[in-house]
Amino acid sequence: MKRNWMAYPYFFWMLLFTIVPLLMVLYFSFTASVNGDGRFSFANFQRVLDPLYLNVIWRSVRLAFISTVICLVLGYPVAMLLAQSQASRQFTLIVLFVIPMWMNFLARTYAWMTLLERNGLINTFLGWFGLGPYNLLHTEFAVVLGMIYNFLPFMVLPIYTVLNKMDPALTEASYDLGATPIRTFFRVTLPLSLPGVLSGISMVFMPAVTTFVIPQLLGGGQFTMIGNLIEQQFLRSNDWGFGSALSIILMLLILLSMRIMSHYDRDRGEGGGFF
Amino acid sequence: MKKTGRLIGLGLALMGLLLTAGCGGGETTAEKETLMVYNWGDYIDPQVLDDFEAEFNVDVIYEEFATNEDMYVKIKAGASNYDVAIPSDYMINKMIKEDLLLPINFENVPNYDLIDAKYKDWSFDPENTYSVPYMWGTIGIIYNTTMVDEPVTSWEILWDEKYEKNMYMLNSQRDTLAVAQEILGISLNSTDEQELEQAKQLLIEQKPLVSSYVGDEVKDLMVGGNAALALVWSGDAVTMSAQNPDLEYVIPEEGSNYWVDSMVIPVTSQNPELAEQFINYMCRTDVALKNAEYIGYNTPQVEVFEQLPEELTSDENFYPTEEILNNCEVFEDLGDAQPLYDRIWTEILAS
Repeated sequence: MKRNWMAYPYFFWMLLFTIVPLLMVLYFSFTASVNGDGRFSFANFQRVLDPLYLNVIWRSVRLAFISTVICLVLGYPVAMLLAQSQASRQFTLIVLFVIPMWMNFLARTYAWMTLLERNGLINTFLGWFGLGPYNLLHTEFAVVLGMIYNFLPFMVLPIYTVLNKMDPALTEASYDLGATPIRTFFRVTLPLSLPGVLSGISMVFMPAVTTFVIPQLLGGGQFTMIGNLIEQQFLRSNDWGFGSALSIILMLLILLSMRIMSHYDRDRGEGGGFF
Repeated sequence: MKKTGRLIGLGLALMGLLLTAGCGGGETTAEKETLMVYNWGDYIDPQVLDDFEAEFNVDVIYEEFATNEDMYVKIKAGASNYDVAIPSDYMINKMIKEDLLLPINFENVPNYDLIDAKYKDWSFDPENTYSVPYMWGTIGIIYNTTMVDEPVTSWEILWDEKYEKNMYMLNSQRDTLAVAQEILGISLNSTDEQELEQAKQLLIEQKPLVSSYVGDEVKDLMVGGNAALALVWSGDAVTMSAQNPDLEYVIPEEGSNYWVDSMVIPVTSQNPELAEQFINYMCRTDVALKNAEYIGYNTPQVEVFEQLPEELTSDENFYPTEEILNNCEVFEDLGDAQPLYDRIWTEILAS
């Protein structure tokens, strides 16, 4: 009993800021206003099933998936490089990698706007070689770029943590037994780092599929994602019912992807996991 | 270990600094009254706020919104105690109907007399019981003369494929829908579902040509020469063409939206009397002139108008003639049709 009281504040915190809001979202999603009165209704969910909105959901999943894959492909080598470098240099490299994250996320995204503009830095630079100007800002490319830039550290760090803890004797043993570096990577390093990879994937996919700032700023309202739709309902259209229904769908989507992840992650070792 | 020790020391020192700073600030502010102002982004000369603080010995908490709809949702939710807000005509009408505004005691606002009668007693607030006009204007097209060779006379240029990905529209439902409504020749306040479907189709057709749906950032983008055309509010166009002489503003011949933004006191106000003092202060000629010069919007004040540079006040695009204004329409509150507009706008953005 003695240890339990420590948990009470957290319990109340959860109740107040997780359970109650969740129930409210659920309540609003099943409520439609009829002549000013709230009535139980499936109308909000029916509206989500409109091909128009299904297309928005599909776009969110597609863009988040592309970003996650690219983050993985870019992030894994970086994590390996970090883990394999000398201890003294490792610290510097990690600090350099993390420094941009000290700056506000919004400011970094605005910075990309000035870089990608038609008269921005990138187009000016290309202009010196007689190229462009290209429409870089307000494209799907810009949205994906923004996601990769902002979420890459969330892929690198969990993988790095796992790789760093791995006993170097294991790879050495693999070499001693005659395995090539490629074979060693696929038979030893990669399987052992899987927990880090999986948590990296969820750490990138989830913020990417729910983001609304990045498509708004870098996509210019042209590539509406589910996050934008939800924001629109709550902050402009004042349609809490539809916004809540979209939120529930988004939550189900995330639960589903977590379920798929955990399927591949039955024998996860210690460390690296966030969920 | 040494490093951690030093870090903790640094952290403690910083916290100490913050705490003392906090206390120092607390002592003086306790005696001062505070006024919460909720205004459009880039819609005041910041100097005016500093002067008000000094002159009346108060603290002003100043917050900004991007569209009328944003502002409405926040005030309706009642989470913040704004003393003064500056919405547009149709939104004021909606807020009056929903009992969100306090009547203004005009004994505290003698400077109301300085306002031109033309901008008083509009139908959204027939006797100006709740509102005091701040600025007025239109919507129109701003274009870069180095990229657009032809004369710009019609809204239809925003559907010209020549300018694909070379134009901005406003991320504001009534204003962007108004463009389609003007082209179709239907009322800006139409509540006919079929007419609105047509407007929606027109805007969905236009979407591949639009570079982006923007807010205040349109100013930087156009001044920077990032696009040929943009839908903007008239006053922003004044600011933009002052910064980039290649930019010109025009009210297309189909007509436009004629609007007035007014100062109101939301029911959540903790200090309506101070709010009235602020409104009166904003109507003082020297203050109103500073604002008009700084933000570029049209002043409803007789004396301020006379003191503005003639090249601005004689420009028909910025200070339109009666004839042009008669061809423009004022937004009205949509009442029960509001959800229809919300749905249509959501569908345009989602498509």
